[in-house]
Amino acid sequence: MTLCLCAGLWACAPHAAQGGSSTESPAAVSIQSKGSDTIVNLALAWAEAYQPNHPEVNLSVTGGGTGTGITALISGTTDIANASRQIKAVEIEEARAKGVDPTETVIALDAIAIIINPNNPVTQLSLQQISDIYAGKIDNWLDVGGEDRPIVRLSRETNSGTHVYFLEKVLRLGDSKSTLLFDPRTLLLPSSEGITTEVRDNPNAIGYDGLGYVTPDVKVVAVSADGVSPAVFPSADTVNAGTYPISRELYVYTNGAPQGEVKKYLDWMLSPEGQAIVLSMGFVPVGE
Amino acid sequence: MDTTAPRPRKRLAIFRTADPVLTPLIKACGYSAILFVIMIFVFLWSEGFAALGEVSLKNLFSARWYPIEEYFGLLPLIGGSLLVTLGAALFAVPIGVLTAVYISEVAPRWMREVLKPVIEILGGLPSVVLGFLGILVLAPFLRKLLDLPTGLTALAGSILLGAISIPTIVSIAEDALDAVPRSYRDASLAIGATRWQTIWRVTLPAARSGVFTAIMLGIGRAIGETMTVMMVSGNAAVLPSGLRALFEPVRTMTATIAAEMGEVATGSVHYHVLFLIGIILFLISLVVNVSASLLIQRKQKRSERVLS
Repeated sequence: MTLCLCAGLWACAPHAAQGGSSTESPAAVSIQSKGSDTIVNLALAWAEAYQPNHPEVNLSVTGGGTGTGITALISGTTDIANASRQIKAVEIEEARAKGVDPTETVIALDAIAIIINPNNPVTQLSLQQISDIYAGKIDNWLDVGGEDRPIVRLSRETNSGTHVYFLEKVLRLGDSKSTLLFDPRTLLLPSSEGITTEVRDNPNAIGYDGLGYVTPDVKVVAVSADGVSPAVFPSADTVNAGTYPISRELYVYTNGAPQGEVKKYLDWMLSPEGQAIVLSMGFVPVGE
Repeated sequence: MDTTAPRPRKRLAIFRTADPVLTPLIKACGYSAILFVIMIFVFLWSEGFAALGEVSLKNLFSARWYPIEEYFGLLPLIGGSLLVTLGAALFAVPIGVLTAVYISEVAPRWMREVLKPVIEILGGLPSVVLGFLGILVLAPFLRKLLDLPTGLTALAGSILLGAISIPTIVSIAEDALDAVPRSYRDASLAIGATRWQTIWRVTLPAARSGVFTAIMLGIGRAIGETMTVMMVSGNAAVLPSGLRALFEPVRTMTATIAAEMGEVATGSVHYHVLFLIGIILFLISLVVNVSASLLIQRKQKRSERVLS
């Protein structure tokens, strides 16, 4: 909610600046960027760095979730849709029906960190163990090398792109035929902050979140892909090397191949300057 | 002095000419509430009724809620809402009614003048603020105190909902107690009853219908509350099994609508089911209100008989 507010203020700022200076060309192109809450902080940082040097555009950024962004692209109310998952076939169909052609650009990589309470002695888990924990097959930290404590599972709400990614790639281990579901006792929290707060306070808790959202007061677990290979902590290096198993691409979608000011902006995002901001926001730059 | 005389007459004239407009306007305002209720229900019905055709009853009455994989079991959500509301009533009704009794019957005048506004301020607290307190203070406290796996439970939701509905209950119940004629108390005390006997046997029964309305409005407030519950009750869609479930996470109907409506595609099955949940919530509060007013009417008749 605060993010939306920031974005709103940001959107107003360029207008005010324009009113003050009459020397600039009056026809500034406005670019709307909307979608994933995972990306919204990155999108804001990009806009803040890009705007001062490019008065010819008005950037405005809003969150709301991947689904919201793609819906807005289809209905023509945004120029750029930020997405933490790939567009679904249904959404492509819906877009085609309205004459919109969603075109994908990978703008950054993100690692999903598994987080636990700092007082929890567990340091590493295999993907299989994480899957078993969230499916309800493992109920006590004792079974994964911890203390005799019940496991409290935390997850984002089902409308989050991160939730869907976690379900497909971690819980179901990437098996598209699997029908495994989250244990019904999994706590679905509406925000990243909710998960971080509970993990920080509660030694029983396990949660997951984008690497960019991990705070220093929780403990990140090293993850082993198959239980045999060494467990790896999430970082820019391990994600780019492909050794950290829970990482994903982040996308922006535009209507058709980007053109004009939108193309300039996207090219800048992928430039070394734009990708440096990706790194500073806790995400992983796209490899060359 | 003579300049003041024609003024009221002029004003009256204005009122007289405005009357054909004002009276229907006021009438329309009065009826608009009924119109709004009907319109809201028609809207809910038109958006939510389709769900009954799209989702099998077996699915709707199952115990699994996981909408992105087409599991639409409503029982855990209905159970969650009822459990949290029941828990809230267990806190709020005794505390609320006793506070009202204290303010109206026992407290000295100055105490009363402090307590009433303070309680009304409590009623004006935004529920998000209470939710924050719940996450940061109440949930960790409950976890440590009761040695629970997590403090984000139905109990945490109930306590905060209780806190939200107490001001409603106190305010209305106090008004009802205040409206009991002084002569009732005087008569009771005169025949030798103690203060406690007077409160318990005379004043409270005489104000019964008002106190009952207060309780029902308080419960109505609790069952419709969304934000606080979403923040502190954990939102795990588990079918509650008995009162022990108070110490486990639950997912309420209101939290489900609030969390999922934002991103659901308009016209999808999930969208229709969320509106169906809205219809169920509407019907539950309708039943609570109607049964409350029926009970009040019956009680009134009996007390009128006693008094006559």
